[in-house]
Amino acid sequence: MSNARFRLAGCGFLLALGLLAPWFIYPVFLMNALCFALFACAFNLLLGYTGLLSFGHAAFFGTAAYTTGYLAKVMGISTGLAILAGVAAALLLGAIFGGLSIRRQGIYFAMITLALAQLIFFVYLQAPFTGGEDGLQAIPRGKLLWVIKLENDRTLYYVVFAIFLIGFLLIYRTIHSPFGQVLKAIRENEARAVSLGYDVNKYKLMAFVLSAGLAGLAGSTNAIVFTFVTLTDVDWHTSGDVVLMTLLGGMGSIFGPVVGAFSIVTLESKLSDKVGSLVTVIIGAIFVICVLLFRRGIVGEIQGLYRRVVGSRA
Amino acid sequence: MLMSEIFGVPIAALFGQLVLGLVNGCFYAMLSLGLAIIFGMLNIINFAHGALYMMGAIFTWFLLDSWNISWWWALLLAPLAVGIFGVVVERLLLKRLYKVDPLYGLLLTFGLALMIEGLFLHKYGSSGLPYDIPEVFQGALNLGFMFLPKYRAIVVGVTLVVCFTTWFVIERTQLGAYLRAGTENPPLVQAFGINVPVMITLTYAIGVALAGLAGVLAAPTIQVSPLMGSNLIIVVFAVVVIGGMGSILGSILTGLGLGLIEGLTKVFYSQASNTVVFMIMVLVLLVRPAGLFGREK
Repeated sequence: MSNARFRLAGCGFLLALGLLAPWFIYPVFLMNALCFALFACAFNLLLGYTGLLSFGHAAFFGTAAYTTGYLAKVMGISTGLAILAGVAAALLLGAIFGGLSIRRQGIYFAMITLALAQLIFFVYLQAPFTGGEDGLQAIPRGKLLWVIKLENDRTLYYVVFAIFLIGFLLIYRTIHSPFGQVLKAIRENEARAVSLGYDVNKYKLMAFVLSAGLAGLAGSTNAIVFTFVTLTDVDWHTSGDVVLMTLLGGMGSIFGPVVGAFSIVTLESKLSDKVGSLVTVIIGAIFVICVLLFRRGIVGEIQGLYRRVVGSRA
Repeated sequence: MLMSEIFGVPIAALFGQLVLGLVNGCFYAMLSLGLAIIFGMLNIINFAHGALYMMGAIFTWFLLDSWNISWWWALLLAPLAVGIFGVVVERLLLKRLYKVDPLYGLLLTFGLALMIEGLFLHKYGSSGLPYDIPEVFQGALNLGFMFLPKYRAIVVGVTLVVCFTTWFVIERTQLGAYLRAGTENPPLVQAFGINVPVMITLTYAIGVALAGLAGVLAAPTIQVSPLMGSNLIIVVFAVVVIGGMGSILGSILTGLGLGLIEGLTKVFYSQASNTVVFMIMVLVLLVRPAGLFGREK
């Protein structure tokens, strides 16, 4: 009972932190971190809860961002609809990617998603609607629901925070639903799940599409925040970043990717002025250290520590 | 008059692109061969393969530029250096991952690739390093229907020899038999008194040395730069998915074949030349999910 109350207090604290943060920290930085946190949570639904390592999630993030940017800028469609259209595009692409990549397991799955994402990258490099190397610049932030003006950073922050919460709660609900339990069963022992009569591929595909859609939501929101979309958003480095955020924070834990995303976004923004091109080296080193020393990630290790302390007292 | 055009493309240009495609196919073949050997023994997909290929190329550039030694020495020394680096990586890092999910091997080598690429980028920048084709190989052979640049002929020749030797060693010798047995059942091979850990280390070293060798061969034909490996490795992953990693000969043939197809695409529809391998991958996944030479596990 006290445990549940403790958790509730923790969530309340985090919510208050989220609401107050833009008055102390630069809102654009926070929004960027929130977008990547949502992106990482969506990715974690696949890696942490279904055991599928996708190395091509930037394709969904970027596709949604381009769709939203193009609709808002060139077609003049309102911001909310443009974001929804971005999510729809990501869902569609997710269905195609998912349908192809779940035909192979394990390590092949990772390679296929990476290769498909690279295909998308080259298509966007040449396609007329993406602006090629220049990307889409000066996307209007516009208004939400015809009234809320999003030009102000703090106003936009609260919208982004709300979007993050919706995505986060959706993922939370999914993980704790019967559907989520089946996903975990597939992660633990796929053959067993098959023998229990579950259509494993159907579940994998649904998880994949859902994850892609939420990654798209993050991408579309990010496009509105920064008012531009470039090829970086579909680059394989971005796919790698989201893998690292999830790994560092702790895959398979609900808050892990959020912690990981905030850590990496902070690190990248602080370090890039100081060490320049060496940022990649540091990111790579964190990867290696995570894999060798703490595979459970920050949140996973803290939980482990907490359990050991509480366990030894009892 | 001889027919000198096919579908409006001059024959000389067509064959020129085909040879260029074949040269690229050689690099695909050598890299996917290395990946397949490593995967067979270590159950790890070596994401750092592209970075090690780049290391081979830059090391060659360094040797020729600073030490002024002959290209033949580089052909020997660069793969050796990359191989030694591979021994260090396997002993220091990969060794710790054999008991966990193979996905961690992919993640670790991905991090490693970022580190290597970042360090070289910091040292040399992203613009290409100047590199000349060694004097011996300058010029071209006149084959009547086309001019074949000598160097391209050498690349194809060296690749075929190396690939065939690797195939022969693995499929037809005692050592190869140990290796194949080790792939199937390491504890049993160990019980027969064969030092499996050393075998694993050497396998990784040889796999990455092949990447280094591909780098040496590639150096004169493309821009040598720290970024040359990362885009290539993704294409090679697609090649591996298309071929399946079960068969040595399969990886070689898939690599060469896809290089040729890419060359043809450059002639007839150049916009698709950097996506055609991925599209073929999609097609193969639809028709034959296990890959052309793969066995469904």
